Amino acid sequence: MHLYQEEAGYLTEEAMRELAARLDLPPIQVTEVATFYDMFRLKPGGRCEIWVCHNLSCALLGAERVIQRLEEALGVSAGETTLDGLFTIKRVECLAACGLAPTIQVGPDYYGPVSHGDVETLVARLREQLAGGDQRAACLLKADG
Amino acid sequence: MSEKILTKRFEIPGYRGALEEYEATGGYQAIAKALKEHTPASLTEIVRRSGLRGRGGAGFPTGVKWGFIPKDPELPKYLVCNADESEPGTFKDRELVMRDPHQLIEGVLLASFAIGCRAAYIYIRGEFIAGARILEQAIRDAAARGLVGKDILGSSFSLDLHVHRGAGAYICGEETALLESLEGKRGLPRLKPPFPATSGLYRKPTVVNNVETLSNLSHIVLRGAEWFSSIGSPKSTGTRIFSVSGHVRRPANYELPIDVSMRELIFEHAGGMRDGRRLKAVIPGGSSVPVLTEQHLDTRMDFESLATVGSMAGSGAVIVMDETTCMVRVGEIVSRFYHHESCGQCTQCREGTAWLHKTLRRIEEGRGRKADLDLLLDICDNMKGKTICPLSDAAAMPIESYLKYFRDEFEQHIVDRACPFGPMDGS
Repeated sequence: MHLYQEEAGYLTEEAMRELAARLDLPPIQVTEVATFYDMFRLKPGGRCEIWVCHNLSCALLGAERVIQRLEEALGVSAGETTLDGLFTIKRVECLAACGLAPTIQVGPDYYGPVSHGDVETLVARLREQLAGGDQRAACLLKADG
Repeated sequence: MSEKILTKRFEIPGYRGALEEYEATGGYQAIAKALKEHTPASLTEIVRRSGLRGRGGAGFPTGVKWGFIPKDPELPKYLVCNADESEPGTFKDRELVMRDPHQLIEGVLLASFAIGCRAAYIYIRGEFIAGARILEQAIRDAAARGLVGKDILGSSFSLDLHVHRGAGAYICGEETALLESLEGKRGLPRLKPPFPATSGLYRKPTVVNNVETLSNLSHIVLRGAEWFSSIGSPKSTGTRIFSVSGHVRRPANYELPIDVSMRELIFEHAGGMRDGRRLKAVIPGGSSVPVLTEQHLDTRMDFESLATVGSMAGSGAVIVMDETTCMVRVGEIVSRFYHHESCGQCTQCREGTAWLHKTLRRIEEGRGRKADLDLLLDICDNMKGKTICPLSDAAAMPIESYLKYFRDEFEQHIVDRACPFGPMDGS
């Protein structure tokens, strides 16, 4: 399922049907798995998903302000995708990087402690990565390892 | 300064955890020794005598757990490493995986030899993208040197080792949910018994051990059970990696004897409170455990001592909060998490976590009612000990403890119809 998602950027209905056929499972069993786990996307999203932890250790150190600043910088709310299709902001639960709180994770990379003042710089850096064809930031879409 | 065991190599300048570096510092000598000098039974006995207890949360003695596995050599068995680290506040396993993957792989080999299995899985949470890649590369490197695969180091012991990525679900850290997920299904916990030792992965005998637990094994084999059990307290032996986060000057992982005092951990190692503020509350073992306060600072961090004061050692995640923290807001965040992560199988948990979150949000937003505090306690009471897995208890216990120590604060929210604290903005 990870592989199918990397291919299209989300789990298309066609992909799930194909997967069910390949594994000789009723399609519902694929759907129930796809909807159980947070990391599977059932509709298209941004090329780059910005994960911002809003759990306790990050919240204590200002995660909500970081999210607010990120929403302002990208002009969309958490859970939404920018019009140019580049970024989706996603509120996530503990990323196991609480020593870096407040933490942002993009693909394999961890950023933190992120102060609300760092948000613009981070966005600019991610834009550069995406424009330069660097697959790290877009790694949910395409395996780069 | 006490001796570090698991994180000792982290202090070697430039150490990146590559196979050559690991071998040059004594790596893979423990499995070589075990294959030469031990039988599965004698290896299990050493680990049992060392007193090593699971570092994932429950603290079950590792050697005893292995001992439950049937000895029949014909029966397929599995070892599963739980690298699903998701308990809020915990970030030790990620560091162990990323900075010393071979220490973990050697632990997997030793545990697999002890229980007599031929296939092992490392179940790693889906968000650990970098960690999974590092582990996969490390396994390829080890296999190329005959350390993983067929006839390891020329012995008759063979092991296939696979990394399986999760996809974002806290519940998969619960061992039976993990096994379901590893089988490709939704992570719904199973009713126990049967326990994994008799019916685990693909209904075969299975041991599930945490990353930190397994990472200890090579050291125990090389240095002996007596050495290990001389560290810590009689019932809680060895070191533990404490993940300290929140309002301290130096949030980080600290490997210390497991019976270090909370005061020493927070004030000496983690640098004390930021901005010289006063400590208000400490969650000593991940967000699932009851909170403690200043009066408990001299409590030791081992399993028994924390239980004595009504909390738990859990995953070793220590979340520290200063006087500016609103405990109702903390409750709202913690309950939001368990509500989001409840798998929905059991009514008490599915409904209870939602009710807790809803009620706490109402109080925090100044819409609380007088009856809400008793309502919260009533919900908690209905959630505890009544479900398939402990997530429901994990959601209820912290809220009860916040009410126990900070009831005034909850009442003030209701009377004032507002939160008396400033926004939680990191200042």
